[in-house]
Amino acid sequence: MINIKDVSKTYTGNTVLNIAELEIPKGQSFGLVGNNGAGKTTLFSALLDLIRPTTGYIENNGVKVHESEDWKTYTAAFIDETFLIGYLTAEEYFYFIGELRGQNKADVDALVSQYEDFFHGEILGQKKYLRDMSKGNQKKAGIVAALIGKPQVIVLDEPFANLDPTTQIRLKEIIKELALDPEVTVLISSHDLSHVTEVCERIVVLEKGQLIKDINTSEETLKELELHFAQ
Amino acid sequence: MFKHFITLQWKSFWRGASVSASLWMKLFMGFWALWFIVMAGAGSIGTFYFIKKKLCEDPLIILNSFLIYWVVFDLVFRYMLQKMPVINIKPLLTLPVKKKKIINFAFAKTVFSFFNIFHAFFFIPFSLLLIKDGASASNVLLWNLGLMAIVYSNNFLNILVNNKDNLVFIVGGIVAILGGLHYFGYFDITIYTAPFFQGLFDNAILVMIPITILIVLVVIAHKSFSKDVFLDAGLAIKAKEIKTEDLSWLDRFGKTATFLKNDIKLIKRNKRAKSTVMVSIMFLFYGLLFFTGSIEAYENPIWKVFAGIFVSGGFLLSFGQFVPSWDSSYYPLMMSQNIKYKEYLSSKWWLMVIATLLSTILSAGYLYFGWDAYLAILTGALYNVGVNSHVVLWAGAYIKTPIDLTSNKKAFGDKQAFNAKTLLLTLPKMVLPLILYAAGHYTIGANFGYALVALAGVAGFALRDKVFDIIENIYKEEKYKTIAAYKQKK
Repeated sequence: MINIKDVSKTYTGNTVLNIAELEIPKGQSFGLVGNNGAGKTTLFSALLDLIRPTTGYIENNGVKVHESEDWKTYTAAFIDETFLIGYLTAEEYFYFIGELRGQNKADVDALVSQYEDFFHGEILGQKKYLRDMSKGNQKKAGIVAALIGKPQVIVLDEPFANLDPTTQIRLKEIIKELALDPEVTVLISSHDLSHVTEVCERIVVLEKGQLIKDINTSEETLKELELHFAQ
Repeated sequence: MFKHFITLQWKSFWRGASVSASLWMKLFMGFWALWFIVMAGAGSIGTFYFIKKKLCEDPLIILNSFLIYWVVFDLVFRYMLQKMPVINIKPLLTLPVKKKKIINFAFAKTVFSFFNIFHAFFFIPFSLLLIKDGASASNVLLWNLGLMAIVYSNNFLNILVNNKDNLVFIVGGIVAILGGLHYFGYFDITIYTAPFFQGLFDNAILVMIPITILIVLVVIAHKSFSKDVFLDAGLAIKAKEIKTEDLSWLDRFGKTATFLKNDIKLIKRNKRAKSTVMVSIMFLFYGLLFFTGSIEAYENPIWKVFAGIFVSGGFLLSFGQFVPSWDSSYYPLMMSQNIKYKEYLSSKWWLMVIATLLSTILSAGYLYFGWDAYLAILTGALYNVGVNSHVVLWAGAYIKTPIDLTSNKKAFGDKQAFNAKTLLLTLPKMVLPLILYAAGHYTIGANFGYALVALAGVAGFALRDKVFDIIENIYKEEKYKTIAAYKQKK
């Protein structure tokens, strides 16, 4: 589904990302881990054509992301708060995204209602603009918005950060469920090794922009990762 | 301690994203500052001689009678434009610095604000002329002292009332009414206030009044600030309870409606966007300067086209110049969502066109000044819709200033918005229609001039799709730079 080829990004002589080849097949749940500055967000931004790689290209379902905008119809992402429209309420924001993705109000309502548990009563009907919500609640709204309109590729950067324990557990269930769908490719990045090993079939470790581990998740993966990062 | 604060300020200024911008921008800012100073100085000398020679009155007395308006307008402008003295207070709160000191520094900073200094450039030349004219130097000094105290009282009053919404509109409304009553000769407030300002000149004791007021205001402002320096008090962002809105009646516009609905909410819910609408309403009245013949320099017929463009295009020019910066805080979303650039641009275009049509209808009042005046506005509207709407979108691609929607204190702060390209693009916006009109006016006649300008508008409209393709490509080219620039928050 995603095909990354010779992608590098250099800022004033400083290479922050350099990946020769990485292929993520359709339906995979893919986890990206690495310390700060490893290049996780850079990679996701390049995948969404928000930054232009210095070399190489990224294909999303055969579409080169910097050449055509066609990938946008089946890709959704939540990277950070710049994906939220601060002066809308959560509902208005969901409807807005829904309209962009060809979903009417009823469709959006139906989808959003599935996540009432996840929202924990703090998102819908709040009489608050998104900008006035807490970081955690903003994140909940952003994540669910990325699920509107049945996207085939879902990109979530650090989805577990800022969430309370209950919500983290519910988010893991949501991602696991998405991962079951053979049509949906999920890409997440995280600092939390145990979460990411729990929900992802495959884990890639980045370090200073280089791909240094590519693991199919098994019983031992968490140990292996912990050992790696303890060094 | 003050030394630390000053180095912090210094660094925050020079390391801010805005300053690292180009030489062009610095030149431009320098130019504006100089412009204001020269205007103030020239205005001061001009006023003095105008009153003396043309009106044959005592400049001091006439100026004193109008000073009440000066003072109130100063307050209104401050309220709208002057930034609050918030040095980055949050990180300092837990450090071993006395809160008093932090506030002292914040206040001291405002003392040197342009809004205070500016007055000096008017009053100092005026005072010098007064002395030259034989007024007693000590009295002039007294008068200046009193005025200075009033200006600084305004400064601290503004600090105090700045959070009270709507207050400025009440004050402004009262002033407008008083001004109107004055103009039409029903009631003249200046009769009551002029003696006071005159008193500042004549009587040392009267000067104590503004000075006392100033001291009281400083103390109150200090107290109220010390109370507010907590994360959950003055430093907190206030959340108002709000209602969701249903704008589904706009859905008939198809895909464009999605964005239109969003833009309407943007305008209604954000201070900064709201003030843009206020500005465009003010532009509606701008034409009065031209069509009433109140300013001689504007008598030339060419200026009527100029007025026409501003009256019908106030919104287009003031809102449009910051497309796409209005969406800066969520630009990555817009760029990765299922949005085609064309749809996005055309929704902004429609918004500007609808606003232009609305302004044109509202400005039908100018028919009072004759068909010719309204013709100028209609022509301007055509040009705005056909040409300027595109130019504004085009220029927008080069403007990479993130906009903080919730604050409207940045009207002077948007200096980054100016660069060589956007400056060049003001030529087709303003100058080209004037040249076209002049070409027609001085060869065949006024109507031919209007026809030429209108024709340019129609031509631009006809080429809309072509132009949109070009603009779309420019936006695409600039996309990565724009995203990166929007990431840098002030």
